Amino acid sequence: MQIEPLGDCAALIRLGDALDEATHRLVRAAWERLTADPVAGTVDLVPAFTTLALHYDPARTGSGAPYEAVRGALERRLERLELDRPAAGKRVEIPVVYGGPGGPDLEAVAAHAGLSPAELVRVHTSGDYLVHMVGFAPGFPYLGGMDPLIACPRRDTPRTRVPAGSVGIGGRQTGVYPLDSPGGWQIIGRTELRLFDTAAEPPALLRPGDRVSFLALGTGGA
Amino acid sequence: MSGQIRVVRPGLLTTVQDAGRPGHQHDGVSVGGALDPVALRVANLLVGNTPGSAGLEATLLGPDVVLEGDVVLALAGGDLGARLDDAPVPPGRAVRAPAGARLHFAGRVRGARQYVAFAGGIDVPEVLGSRATWLRARMGGLEGRALLAGDVLRLGHPTALGERIAQSLEPGEAAPWSADTGALAGYGPSEIRVLRGAHFDALRPASREALLRDDFVVRPDSDRMGYRLAGPVLELEQPLELLSEAVAFGTVQLPPDGAPIVLMADRQTTGGYPRVLEVATVDLPRLAQAAPGDRLAFREISLEQAQALYIARERRLARLPLAIDLHHR
Repeated sequence: MQIEPLGDCAALIRLGDALDEATHRLVRAAWERLTADPVAGTVDLVPAFTTLALHYDPARTGSGAPYEAVRGALERRLERLELDRPAAGKRVEIPVVYGGPGGPDLEAVAAHAGLSPAELVRVHTSGDYLVHMVGFAPGFPYLGGMDPLIACPRRDTPRTRVPAGSVGIGGRQTGVYPLDSPGGWQIIGRTELRLFDTAAEPPALLRPGDRVSFLALGTGGA
Repeated sequence: MSGQIRVVRPGLLTTVQDAGRPGHQHDGVSVGGALDPVALRVANLLVGNTPGSAGLEATLLGPDVVLEGDVVLALAGGDLGARLDDAPVPPGRAVRAPAGARLHFAGRVRGARQYVAFAGGIDVPEVLGSRATWLRARMGGLEGRALLAGDVLRLGHPTALGERIAQSLEPGEAAPWSADTGALAGYGPSEIRVLRGAHFDALRPASREALLRDDFVVRPDSDRMGYRLAGPVLELEQPLELLSEAVAFGTVQLPPDGAPIVLMADRQTTGGYPRVLEVATVDLPRLAQAAPGDRLAFREISLEQAQALYIARERRLARLPLAIDLHHR
């Protein structure tokens, strides 16, 4: 574990280098410990692929130099993290209409993989995906576990508006756009499931550690 | 006594802002809030509000609004030429508006953003604990958007201190005491104090030197998410493959085109570009008041210095409400 400053109001805890499930478990273990026993001055905790960030208020970290106080408190709280068993995330099935108007890039992505659209859907729906982190947009899940066979480069020109619920592939990642936004991913389908709702608690449906699978509701073009 | 604001002309980009919505970044929710948080906080304190109340953030070209009912307001931040009817509004003072007065802005004098706090705050619904407008996600503020002509914003109930401030003033009168918001927020110099970012050492030596020596110009496509800077093109020794991780207010990212971007209030929670600098929090108000075309230069300080400056400013800000309260005992 390494701790480094991220500006003067945050610290970044680095828990590994690889995008893998072992590192992900350490990130979640650290997140759980710092949620249960917060460091003085904590404002926000932000888990990512290999790091956990602690945003803090340097005027509220107690006595002494703020960063040193935070770093000391983190070191004391994060010993022997590898022994922790973070709570299992929930399972979420995302029903998707593949292709058609909601999935305009399905055929192009299938062709890129040398598959028929139906075969591409079969590969995409057979995956067991782990939510590594949520970022980029409210409720946007970064999912690990996609079969590299169906990886596809992003569009040369991003779309100015990708509708909420669009399911896409960008490089070796797959994900769902929670809100209407610009985006460069290849869009293969659409879900009605709401991934972000400010009236819900928590507002983001998916959290780091959750497992996601996609269920084909047929193809929109059929 | 509570009033409302009727928008006649919205100005270039006028939004409802408060201190933002921290605590939800793990769900991908941007912190947002006032781009110059010190200015809005001071303006709020001047009218007896809690520091996190919602006010207006006017950008470059201010709005034209009618103040209905009994309204006490205060201005802080940049100077966009605020007028109450025909009289200039002194910044850094509580002012009781004459009923039906027009608050309008004659034109930019300095800075980029002026904040208007109203006693009682702007009463729009809270979304995830904040009234801040988040334009990109279309949430918070008034329907998640900038103000439009015809909008009406209701004001909340002033605090007990806000009531006492109002009662001490005649309509049209400004409070005899003031706060030097420029000194509190640290406006003036074009120098922006920074810390080295995690990937500073991945820059080529010539780029490292240029980054801390040369001038950069704020580009016109800068917005509440980020300031895009024009200047020397910065190059890495070799491309970095990074996994997305957290970023902060003031993180200076370097995309592949070599033109740095300073992440501002509406920044995404995480990013995957190299981070070459981190702006000292104490200089974020100065940066927030830089307009497109303005020049700035980065100067390195230590983390210890940056945090000491931050704490010193927090102490000065914490004394302000005590002083205002004493005036109105």
